[in-house]
Amino acid sequence: MYTLYYIAGIAVLISFFADREKTIKGLKIGWKKFSKILGTYLKLLIILSFILLISDQFIINYLGGQAPFVGLIMGLIIGSITMMPGFIAYPLAGILVSRGVNYMVVAAFITTLMLVGVATYPVEKEYFGIKATIWRNIAGFIISALIAVVTGVLYGEVLV
Amino acid sequence: MAKNKKKTNKWNYIIFTVFVAFIIGSYFLNFDLGSRIGSNFMIFARDMISILPPAFILIGLFDVWVSRKSIEKNFGHTSGFKKYIYAILLAATTVGGTFVAFPVANTLYHKGANYSSIFTYVTAASLVMIPMSIMEASILGVKFTAIRIGVSLPLVIISSILLGNFFTRIDYKIPKAE
Repeated sequence: MYTLYYIAGIAVLISFFADREKTIKGLKIGWKKFSKILGTYLKLLIILSFILLISDQFIINYLGGQAPFVGLIMGLIIGSITMMPGFIAYPLAGILVSRGVNYMVVAAFITTLMLVGVATYPVEKEYFGIKATIWRNIAGFIISALIAVVTGVLYGEVLV
Repeated sequence: MAKNKKKTNKWNYIIFTVFVAFIIGSYFLNFDLGSRIGSNFMIFARDMISILPPAFILIGLFDVWVSRKSIEKNFGHTSGFKKYIYAILLAATTVGGTFVAFPVANTLYHKGANYSSIFTYVTAASLVMIPMSIMEASILGVKFTAIRIGVSLPLVIISSILLGNFFTRIDYKIPKAE
């Protein structure tokens, strides 16, 4: 869990032996960037805490027992607005599959979960600007839909 | 603008303090909804604490050690198709996913990487993270993961090129996060 701390620690040590001043300058830059964005990350934390209230049961109910294309659309939408860490998302996807939900629907949900971040908008806009953030997410949504359909075809769930 | 930013930041801290007070209060008063929000909060907070501070240390060091020239050469206009390969490799090994990828992409851009490389990088960072993909394959099957990655990477590169051209044409500037 704290692997990145070890990596950063070692990097700082090496850098410090190589060039003291450069290292201090680098740490200052890092701190400046960090302190500037921290507030936005805290805001994101609050948003995510609420979003995760959308329970597993809700997702299972909505994605299960739908006609494939309704399920596909639902998967894309739910995946776009929610955000959850992998250790919650993948077991949930496993449950969906075991309940007989199409792989296509699961792919739609999982891929938009990763590619489309409505919730992470506040952070992304700070680094990319509003326009790039919106276009990138639209592209992510289209890519996710294509991936889901291809998955459906390759699993023999939808006929072409 | 800068002053405005500072003000928003201050509000974020105030709202955050109120939010934390609400969670702590919920635990004491056994307010179920509040406690559930609190445990969700802990999930993401632990994630961020374990990732963000060291990530920004590394970003800072990256900033002083990596020259603009080498970024331009490998991720800029002069680099051909190989910049997408580099971007994907960098993405696959980025620890921490998009939370880290956004600031890294911003730093790369201001050091001379072009739009299509940073779009590829950020998008790939959420798609092909190695530890996540291994977990996925073990739960949903290797076939599922192979399809997802195999289909997505070409699409990611194509969409990045399209978006990159579009943003170059309208002369879009990405904000400098410093």
